[in-house]
Amino acid sequence: MGEYMIDLKGVSKAFRKDQWVLDDIHLSILEKEFVTLLGPSGCGKTTTLRIIGGFEAATRGDVLFEGKSIRDLPPYERQINTVFQKYALFPHMNVFENIAFGLNIKRVPKEGIQKKVKDMLSLIDLKGFEKRRVHSLSGGQQQRVAIARALVNEPKVLLLDEPLGALDLQLRKEMQVELKKIQEQVGITFLYVTHDQEEALTMSDRVVVMNEGRIEQIGRPEDIYNEPKTPFVANFIGESNLFEGEMKQDNLVYFQGKRFQCVDKAFADTEKVFVVVRPEDVELTGKTNGIIEGEVLRTTFKGIHYEMMIKSLEDEKEWKVHSTERRTPGEVVGITVRPDLIHIMKRG
Amino acid sequence: MKSRMAYPYIVWLSMFIVLPLLLILYYGLTAVDGSFTLDNFQRFIDPIYLRVLWRSVELALLSTAICLVLGYPMAMIIAKTEIKRRNLMVLLFILPMWMNFLLRTYAWMTLLGRNGVINNILGWAGLPELNLLYNASAVVLGMVYNFLPFMVLPIYTVLSKMDQSYIEAAKDLGANNRKVFWKVIFPLSLPGVISGVTMVFMPAVSTFVIPRLLGGGQLMLIGNLVEQQFSYVGDWNFGSAISIVMMLFILISMALMTRFDKEQQGGVGLW
Amino acid sequence: MVKKWIERSYSGLIFVFLYAPILVLIIFSFNESRTRGNWGGFTLHWYADLFRDRQILSAFYYTLSIGVISAVVSTIVGTFAAVGIYNMRYLGQKTILNLNYLPVLNPDIVTGVALMTLFIFFNFRLGFLTLLLAHITFCIPYVILAVLPKLRQLDKNLAEAAMDLGAKPFYAFRKVVLPEITPGIITGALIAFTLSIDDFVISFFTTGSGVTNISITVFSMARRGVNPMINALSTIMFTTVLLLLLWINYRTNKEKEEDEDEKELQMYNVLGTAGDTLSDDDRV
Repeated sequence: MGEYMIDLKGVSKAFRKDQWVLDDIHLSILEKEFVTLLGPSGCGKTTTLRIIGGFEAATRGDVLFEGKSIRDLPPYERQINTVFQKYALFPHMNVFENIAFGLNIKRVPKEGIQKKVKDMLSLIDLKGFEKRRVHSLSGGQQQRVAIARALVNEPKVLLLDEPLGALDLQLRKEMQVELKKIQEQVGITFLYVTHDQEEALTMSDRVVVMNEGRIEQIGRPEDIYNEPKTPFVANFIGESNLFEGEMKQDNLVYFQGKRFQCVDKAFADTEKVFVVVRPEDVELTGKTNGIIEGEVLRTTFKGIHYEMMIKSLEDEKEWKVHSTERRTPGEVVGITVRPDLIHIMKRG
Repeated sequence: MKSRMAYPYIVWLSMFIVLPLLLILYYGLTAVDGSFTLDNFQRFIDPIYLRVLWRSVELALLSTAICLVLGYPMAMIIAKTEIKRRNLMVLLFILPMWMNFLLRTYAWMTLLGRNGVINNILGWAGLPELNLLYNASAVVLGMVYNFLPFMVLPIYTVLSKMDQSYIEAAKDLGANNRKVFWKVIFPLSLPGVISGVTMVFMPAVSTFVIPRLLGGGQLMLIGNLVEQQFSYVGDWNFGSAISIVMMLFILISMALMTRFDKEQQGGVGLW
Repeated sequence: MVKKWIERSYSGLIFVFLYAPILVLIIFSFNESRTRGNWGGFTLHWYADLFRDRQILSAFYYTLSIGVISAVVSTIVGTFAAVGIYNMRYLGQKTILNLNYLPVLNPDIVTGVALMTLFIFFNFRLGFLTLLLAHITFCIPYVILAVLPKLRQLDKNLAEAAMDLGAKPFYAFRKVVLPEITPGIITGALIAFTLSIDDFVISFFTTGSGVTNISITVFSMARRGVNPMINALSTIMFTTVLLLLLWINYRTNKEKEEDEDEKELQMYNVLGTAGDTLSDDDRV
C-alpha cells in the first residue's frame, strides 16, 4: 500500500478520558492531491491536521507517510510543513529570516539559502520584501510569507489550517486562485482545512466532510455537492430541502404526501429514507401542473435569482426554492422535481 | 475640566518629588558655604570611590547573572505546569515578600554565621567550619535571595503568554527542542528578561542593607557610601553628588535597556 | 520521565532556597536560647513577652498606622490624580507621568536622602509626620500606575452616555466611571499598604524622635542580635498573610469552578497585583 502519500488508519483522539474528538478516521491521500477537510468548528478537522503535522499524538490508530508509520516522529523529523491559522510568523525576524528559518536549521550553505529564498519570494510575488518586518505586512502578504516559509523546505505535503480565515472576502477569493496555482506549480500534496464550503469546492481535488469527529463523506467536489450521502452533508454543503420519506419501490419515493419518480434503486420496499432536494432543482409550474401545490410566502431578491419560501398546501411544510422567475407572495404554484435531481439517503 | 482633579497631586509632586531632587542637585553643586562648585563630583573621581562604584556594579551584575541563570529555567518550569498548580507556584514565589525584608536577610545571618545552622550541621558531620558570613559571596547570596522573584515573575509572564504556534511553527520547520529554545523561545522572551534584569540590577546596585548585614560592614558599596555621608559624616554636599551620580547611572541604563528592548521587538512592546 | 524528575527537583531546590530563611525565623521564634543558631529547647515565652514589650509594640503600631493612613491618603489622592492625568492634554500628561515615574525608578536611597534633605532644610522635625509624608509620597505613583490602565480600558462613551441621559458630570463619574475603575483602585491601595509596611530605606532617612517601624527596629538590633520577639511578631504577621492569601485563593477557585477562563483571568488580577508590588517592593 505504498502508493499513498498519507494514510490515516483508524485514527482516534481523546483529550480527556472517553471524550473522543476524533473517532476512527480512515483517510488515504495521494501524491500531488489537493484534499480539503471541511466541517463546522469542533468537528475534528484541525485535530486531524495536527496529528499529521505531529503536534498531537493519536490516542489510537496509525499515521503512515509513504507507507511508513510516522506516529512517533516529532514534527521536526517529518517531511511535512504547515501553514498556521494565524501564520505564526516569528515577530523577531524579518521576512528573509522567517523564510530562511528551516534552511538555516538544515545548515544549507549561505548562497543556497539566498537563492532559494529569492525564488520563493518571486513565487509568492513579494520580491524586494526581504528586510521587511513581518508586522509591517498586510494580512495577505503575511499569508504568502507563511506559505513561502513552509514551501522553501520542499516538503512532500503541505498542511494548511484555515489559512484564509483572517482575510477579507475579496482577498480570500484571490488567494484561493493563487493557492491552487502554487499547488500546481510546486506539484506536492496539499491538505487544507476550512469550514468554508465554497473554498473547499473551488480548490480541492477531493473533499472530506467531517462532523463530530467522524468522516461523513469523501469525494470529488461535484459528487459531494450532487450526491450527498448523509443529511449532514446535504445541509452543510449548499442549501437543501430535507424531507423524511419512504421508498415505495425502485425508482419511486413517497414524501410530502405524494409519490415522486426518482432514479434510486436497491432500497428495500417501504424503507424509511431522507429525501434531499436542492432549492435550485425545484421547478415551479402552473398551479395544477405540479406534483405538489404550494403558496408563496416570501420572495427575496438574491442577485442572480430569487429565493422563495413556498408552503406546501399538502402538509404545511416549507420548501426553499431558487428561481430566476419571480413569483409574488400569495400566489399558488405547482412544484415538481426532475427524477434525477431527487437525492435519497438511508434513514435510521 | 476633569484634569483639575490632578491639581492636588501636582502640588504634592512639586513639593515632595521635584523639590527634594532639586535640593539634592543644589547641595551637590555647592560647597559648605553655599558657593557654586564642582568639587563634590571631582572628589568622586578618586580611585577609592571609583572602586566602590565598580564593586557595586560588579556585585550587582554578578547577582543579576546568577538570578537569570537560576530564574529562567524556573520561569519555564512554572509556565509549563498546568494552570492550577501554576498559580500556586507563582503564589509561593510572592509569599516570601510578605515577610519583612530585613528579617529575611537577617535570617541568613542565622544560617550562615559562625555558630549558625549550616556550620552546626557541618560540625555534626565532622566537617571543618566554614567562613560563610561577612564576605562578598554572602552579599551576592543575599541579593540573589531577595531579588530572584523579580527575575522569575516577568520572564514567567512573557513565557506563559507566548503564542504556542511559534513553537509549533519552529518544530514544523525542522527545529529540535534545543534550537526551538535558542532561535524562538529565548528571543521572544527577551522583553521579560530585560525587565527581570532591570528589576534585579537596580535594587542590587543601590542596596546598603544587604552589604551592611551580610557583608558585615567590611564591604562598602555605593549605597553605603551615600548612607555614610548623610548619617555619620554629615557631608550632604558630597552625599548629594554621589546620589546624583547613582541616579543618573540608573536612569541612563534604564533608558538604554528599554531602547534595546524596543529595537529587538521592532517597536512592538510586549511588556 | 527523567525530565519531569529533574524539573521537580529543581523547583524543589529553589523553593528550599526561598523558604529556608523563613523557616529558620519561624523555628527560632520558638527557641528557648537567645543566641541565634543554637537550639535551647521549645518555648512560647517570646510570644508572651511580645505583648509586653513597649519598643516592639510601638514599632508594630507605627508600622500599621503609617501603612493604613498612607494607603488611604495615597489611594484617594492617586485616584483623583489618575483621572486628572487621564483627561490632560498630551504634553501635560507626559510631563506629569515622567515625574511620577521618578520615585518608582529612583533608588530608594536617593528618594530617602532627598526627602530627608527637604525636611531638614525646611526645619521639619523628623518624626511621625515626616515619615507619613514620605510614605504617602512614594505610594501615590503606584496607585496612579494601577488606576490609569483601568481608565484607558474604559469605554470613552460611557461617561458621555451617562451625561446624555441627564447625569451631571460628577454624578456620571461616581455612578459610571468609579465602579469601572474600582479593581485598579483596590490594587493600588493594596500595593501602597504593602510597600509602606515593608519599607525600610526611606523610613530610615525620614524618621526621628524615637518613631520607628518594624524594619528600623530589626536593623538597629541586627548587629547585637535580633530579639527573638521580633521573630515571633513576624511569624504572626506572616501566618496572617498566608491564611488571608489561602482564603482568597480558595474563594476564587470555588467561585469560578465552572468557568476556567474567568478563573484564570481573576487569578491574573490577584497575581498581577502582587507582581506589580514585586516590581518595586523591597528595593533597598
